[in-house]
Amino acid sequence: MKKLRTIISGSNFFQLVVNILMFAFLLVELYPIIYVIICSFSDPDAVARGDIILWPVGFTLRGYEMVLEYSDIWTGYANTIFYTVAGTMINLAVTLPCAYALSRKDLRGRKIFMIFFMITMYVSGGLIPGYLNVKSFGLLNTRAVLILIGAMSVYNMIVARSFFSTSIPNEITEAARIDGCNDFSIFSKIILPLSKPIVVVMILYYGIGHWNSYFNAMIYLDDRSKFPLQMFLREILLQGKIYQEAINSSDISPEEALRLAELAKSSELIKYCVIIVSTLPMMIIYPKLQKYFEKGIMIGSIKG
Amino acid sequence: MKYKKQKKQKFKNQLKVISKRWQLYALMLPAILYTALFAYKPMYGLLIAFQDFSVRKGVWGSDWVGLKHFERLFGSYWFPIAFRNTLEISCLDILIGFPLPIILALLLNELKRARFRKTVQTVSYAPHFISTVVMCGMITMFLSPSTGIINKLITALGFDAVYFMQEPSMFKWIYVLSGVWQGVGWSSIIYFAALSSVDPSLLEAADIDGATRLQKIWHINLPAILPTIVVMFILRCGQILSMGYEKVYLLQTDLNLFGSEIISTYVYKVGLEQSDFSFSTAVGLFNTVINCTLLLSANALSKKLTKTGLF
Repeated sequence: MKKLRTIISGSNFFQLVVNILMFAFLLVELYPIIYVIICSFSDPDAVARGDIILWPVGFTLRGYEMVLEYSDIWTGYANTIFYTVAGTMINLAVTLPCAYALSRKDLRGRKIFMIFFMITMYVSGGLIPGYLNVKSFGLLNTRAVLILIGAMSVYNMIVARSFFSTSIPNEITEAARIDGCNDFSIFSKIILPLSKPIVVVMILYYGIGHWNSYFNAMIYLDDRSKFPLQMFLREILLQGKIYQEAINSSDISPEEALRLAELAKSSELIKYCVIIVSTLPMMIIYPKLQKYFEKGIMIGSIKG
Repeated sequence: MKYKKQKKQKFKNQLKVISKRWQLYALMLPAILYTALFAYKPMYGLLIAFQDFSVRKGVWGSDWVGLKHFERLFGSYWFPIAFRNTLEISCLDILIGFPLPIILALLLNELKRARFRKTVQTVSYAPHFISTVVMCGMITMFLSPSTGIINKLITALGFDAVYFMQEPSMFKWIYVLSGVWQGVGWSSIIYFAALSSVDPSLLEAADIDGATRLQKIWHINLPAILPTIVVMFILRCGQILSMGYEKVYLLQTDLNLFGSEIISTYVYKVGLEQSDFSFSTAVGLFNTVINCTLLLSANALSKKLTKTGLF
């Protein structure tokens, strides 16, 4: 009894409990993802019966083949890559110079500019005024709108500003100025090359935002050929589009009917596969950039 | 006279400094232009909340109607429901979603083996990178009454399948718990980072005094990250009414609407689906005003209690 007590109060027991808790947590976070992966390779009937636990049942690649043939997905993919790359480039071009200028202590009116930007974090026109604004610029249903809207997140700008003012010593700027550099070349030739971590963090934050967003596309775009991937995913995952298409079609040849019947049966399978296909790039990239975004969040937590 | 001259001189000097640094202002120009055109310009569109706005007549030509739309707002059937749901879901989200990342960070900090800790961290970030659309897709698939894994589990245990997505009272739990799954790892980063600043000599001193692990967490680690916790809490309070409408909108079904309609989805439906621009803007404006009030009061309260605040 006494022994048990010392074990419980001792740090070994504590360590054990923490380890068990964390292991359980690991499983909870991981299993849903693994489950989706397994299901994407399994016979849809087995999934529907609930036979899937840890291993694919009735292994098949049919779902992925069908996704490959589904042209909307690839239209969406191409559009999303375009929006992500172009949008992120604009984000960087707007955010970083502004953040750097605001990090300079010799900038007159720094406070006023900060207030000017920060007000927009808390006050906004809201949905309809924003919509009318976009309309007044004639940007409705253009690709430009998805790139321009959200060209700068004030939060990200403040993170970048904190990085510039804490990680880049003032002396570097001073020395460059004495050597005859103007502020443009100080920023582009000296500051930027020294700021790789924050550039990576910004690319990551903005890039993920573009890749995953659907709401702006839903509001501002009508044209299906301009839709990003997430819009098509919404149709497939949440509006049951593939299934609907399959059961609504009539007046078709027997072969076509057979194909559609298979499509209807596989609509669940396709869902699992599109989840994997659309999320895979993020899942591959993020562990490699982990140290950067951890750092980015730390910088963001420094106030002022 | 002399004073005026001095002032003029000072002003001239300032202009000189500014003109010497004109390139810094040029660097800010894109950001200023964007903010003016896409953040401030729409704010003047808020005026239409006080008008019967028609697109044809524009903001200056439409008729002014005073507070008509705000009166309509309080008399409407859906607004009180949406308001209550927003508060309920948001508060539940804070109650459950706010402490968990802190607890996770404290536990992670206790893990001795660095490799295991890194693994847990990396895995726990993964759901953060899943898009809202995919997340909602996963939720509806997992909760499906006929084929979802959760209901398979429930029926295997001998209970009846639950129609999660059609039950208004379930909605807030689905929203909050899936949000925890997706965000707890990511949100813990900031607390974990704050924990690395704890002075090791404090922990050593506590060891010598015979403090247990739990005592060390309670008396040393937790106070060390308290300022971070406070700042995060204030920020969170400022968002009580501006919760993630993207996810809510996707999870709504006709049947769970009584539990899932929130202010921002209501704004969307009234505004863009029914094209009642003025009314929708009035709802949005009301929302913004309450948000700012909440943020400012949370900040004031925290300044009084803990002497730390945002501004």
